[in-house]
Amino acid sequence: MKTGTPGQIVRLKELDRRPVTFRLDGRKVEALEGDTVLVAMLVNGHRLRISEFGGDPRAGFCMMAACQDCWVDTAAGERFRACSTAIADGMDLLTERKDNA
Amino acid sequence: MSRQSVVVVGAGPAGIRAAETLLAHGIEPVVIDEAARGGGQIYRRPPSSFTRSHRTLYGSEADKALAVHEAADALRARIDYRSDTLAWNLRDGTLHTLKGHGADEIPFRSIIIASGATDRLLPCPGWTLPGTFSLGAAQIALKAQGCAIGRTVVFMGTGPLLYLVAYQYHLAGARIAAILDTSPFGRRITAAADLLARPHPFAWGVYYTLKLAAAGIRPRTGITPLAIEGTQSVDAVRFRTRAGREEAVACDAVGLGYHLRAETQLADLAGCAFRFDPLMRQWLPKIDAHGRTSVKGVYVAGDGARLLGADAAEIGGRLAALAVVDDQRGGAGGTRADALVRQQRRHQRFQRGIAHAFPLPGAQAAQLPDETLICRCEAITVGELRRSATGLGAGELNRAKAFTRVGMGRCQGRYCGIAAAEVLAAALKVDIAAVGRLRAQAPVKPLPLASATEVRP
Repeated sequence: MKTGTPGQIVRLKELDRRPVTFRLDGRKVEALEGDTVLVAMLVNGHRLRISEFGGDPRAGFCMMAACQDCWVDTAAGERFRACSTAIADGMDLLTERKDNA
Repeated sequence: MSRQSVVVVGAGPAGIRAAETLLAHGIEPVVIDEAARGGGQIYRRPPSSFTRSHRTLYGSEADKALAVHEAADALRARIDYRSDTLAWNLRDGTLHTLKGHGADEIPFRSIIIASGATDRLLPCPGWTLPGTFSLGAAQIALKAQGCAIGRTVVFMGTGPLLYLVAYQYHLAGARIAAILDTSPFGRRITAAADLLARPHPFAWGVYYTLKLAAAGIRPRTGITPLAIEGTQSVDAVRFRTRAGREEAVACDAVGLGYHLRAETQLADLAGCAFRFDPLMRQWLPKIDAHGRTSVKGVYVAGDGARLLGADAAEIGGRLAALAVVDDQRGGAGGTRADALVRQQRRHQRFQRGIAHAFPLPGAQAAQLPDETLICRCEAITVGELRRSATGLGAGELNRAKAFTRVGMGRCQGRYCGIAAAEVLAAALKVDIAAVGRLRAQAPVKPLPLASATEVRP
């Protein structure tokens, strides 16, 4: 993990939006209103999840709800596609599943 | 819902024009679209609070995008238009949909499937590393989210989108490390006569290339991708030049894609006959010039039918709608449909040019190292797929899928199916069409668990 470096995704335009605060692996971080969960997570990090096949990090791929490579977990145990879900205040997102299954 | 009803799946250029044409003929269709706002992928819209103009977002295509968006919004106010809704199965004249956790069934008399396309992908070692996205994703990040996929980006693969996205990134101020095109440059020259069937996009293509060159970004053509490298995310791309030399480019993101593949699952579930299209090197529904499939009452339009692009998709949507009107009322075409069919021919000629200029490098896929992951969903390698053919006797794709699970994962073969066919055909030393196609299965996309149980009969 490239900790300390900025995230994978870089903002270029539409910077004048209301900040949204959420948790990423327990860390309090910021995104902007209108971000997808994928963008919100990847401006703050380099992965969305760990593949259950092989254990390598993944960060989505198609951004059009087709590849299914961006399903993420919340601390409450919900799962959704990060590319087609909007970020919201107070979301508690995990890049690694907590469960011991 | 009456049995008389007409359903349109998809609210991109094809679906919107289809619905609009139906309405103009007194038929109120139900429109089903997965997105929150109409426009499809090509004219994908940012959230309504974003402020960039159509000109900024869609460049030379701004007027067309605006027209499709306005038509979508006008329809939404007048008909049963269901956004954020997935059409996940089509069986016995009924479309099964899901919105949030709410399942619904829509019996129809006629259905126009305008399901569009995705990027067409070939794997390369390292293509699952964070920072590697499809070319379409690179464009969506910019268009719909105002973001770049990285700080220093390599665009690799082939097709018109390679240059368009690179140009859009350049305009937006992103740093482009390289454009790596698998197609040799000479093919663009020999394709020029066909490409000139549509002078407007041809000229834009030349313009983008010149603008990028003026900024010092010169595409490397005729390359072979070797690997996307990095440990936790992308650090570099390694490739072989046309002259056979190995080179590496440092970068922190890759936009990867090889033109388009049609989304055909719903047509497949409807029982439509397919044919192998040698030009687009993929299986497409068999249709007549108006979009009628082999199944009565089922029509397809747009890139989900023929991969002719957005302008042709608008024409295809109108044609399919006119066919529905004719078939329901016993009409026999008309001069309007004839004129639209003639317009489509220009797009078909242009498509021939694009396919010639930017061919799928199937041979490169066939030569991928055994350890390359072909299936992103379940991390299955090219070698496992090859062994299913040579060791287990899998003679076609669905047999190989049963042995290896390639194509059985969550994406249902959308991102491995094209390459799997190339690998299998090469391993078996047969023609690509002989290995067949992955058959679609419902649900065409994963459903949240609760919904799947709710709708089980």
